[in-house]
Amino acid sequence: MSSHNETHSHHGGPRIYTANLFALLFLTVITIVAASFNFGSANVVIALAIATMKATLVALFFMHLVWDKPVNSIIAIAGFLFLGIFLMFDFLDVGTRVNLLPRNMPNMENATPVPDSMNPLKTPAPKPLEPAPAKEAPKE
Amino acid sequence: MSTTTSDVHAHGGHGEHGEHNPYHQHHFATMEQQFDTSKIGMWLFLVTEVLLFGGLFVGFGLMQARYPREFVEAHTYLQRSLGALNTVVLLVSSWTMVMGVNAAQTSQKDKLVRYLLATILLACVFLVIKYIEYSHKFADHLLPGIFYGHQAEDLIKGTHGYATFFSFYFMMTGLHGIHVVVGIVLLSWLMMRAKRGDFNKEYYTPVDLVGLYWHVVDMIWIYLFPLYYLIS
Repeated sequence: MSSHNETHSHHGGPRIYTANLFALLFLTVITIVAASFNFGSANVVIALAIATMKATLVALFFMHLVWDKPVNSIIAIAGFLFLGIFLMFDFLDVGTRVNLLPRNMPNMENATPVPDSMNPLKTPAPKPLEPAPAKEAPKE
Repeated sequence: MSTTTSDVHAHGGHGEHGEHNPYHQHHFATMEQQFDTSKIGMWLFLVTEVLLFGGLFVGFGLMQARYPREFVEAHTYLQRSLGALNTVVLLVSSWTMVMGVNAAQTSQKDKLVRYLLATILLACVFLVIKYIEYSHKFADHLLPGIFYGHQAEDLIKGTHGYATFFSFYFMMTGLHGIHVVVGIVLLSWLMMRAKRGDFNKEYYTPVDLVGLYWHVVDMIWIYLFPLYYLIS
């Protein structure tokens, strides 16, 4: 197995793969057990952290990234990096939303009420335009 | 210009060189370069898959932030035991897949066929379990969007959140299920070729690439399971 594979070097082996499988199954059990406790909002973080550990194990050993040429790892990491940016900025947005009003906006409760004549809700809808007069037939 | 093309064609015919690998395409200098090129292409495709599901995960997260109570309540209608069982099935199928790739790398044809068959069977088990889960949801009218019609009294108030939860549930597990079906087709094709004796330690690119695809399908489920079945 060692002398005749110069073309594609592969260093994984059934033992490593089996050990990896048991590690993944063990982490699955841990996720399920961890979910039965109430850590508040940390539950999601714990679940995602364990899932990321499992995904990393799959990528490193089952997908051979440990032994591969680094270019494949760079592509994989770039993908997850951009996903991370996507995720982070979306949650920064949602997590920091407040009722946004301009600082210099006047307090509307004390403001002078809009006169009815200027209030679009209280003025009747404008009359529809009258149809244009029919063109007279051009005289010969 | 014309001499170069004719030159290439002169060398182009198969079987002219005794030790020439029949799978070696002529625009690649070596078999290794050909293998590496295919692999980079596959990884680029897999990144687009991760981003495709990533968008759905972000959407799920945003909707969970909007309907936190409804999402937690709706997820109790998913059967955690079946989800966990499916996780185990997919993890084991990932293992049989990587063992198959290893068998191809070491030119063990019979072993490769057996591991590919095991992977296909496990993928089918996954789909059967998914079918059982889906039929429970259908029977209870726990359906996406406007099709949502679960009548339990405790659900009436938050109907919109529940419908959103099941929209995401069916969209994401359904898309994942389609990937499993595609994986079964690809694995069957591999098994047919493996039986024919196409793969050996010199050439096993398709086995390796389908293996990578299958592991990404597994990886997506690794995230789907805790986010859908274990939220609290």
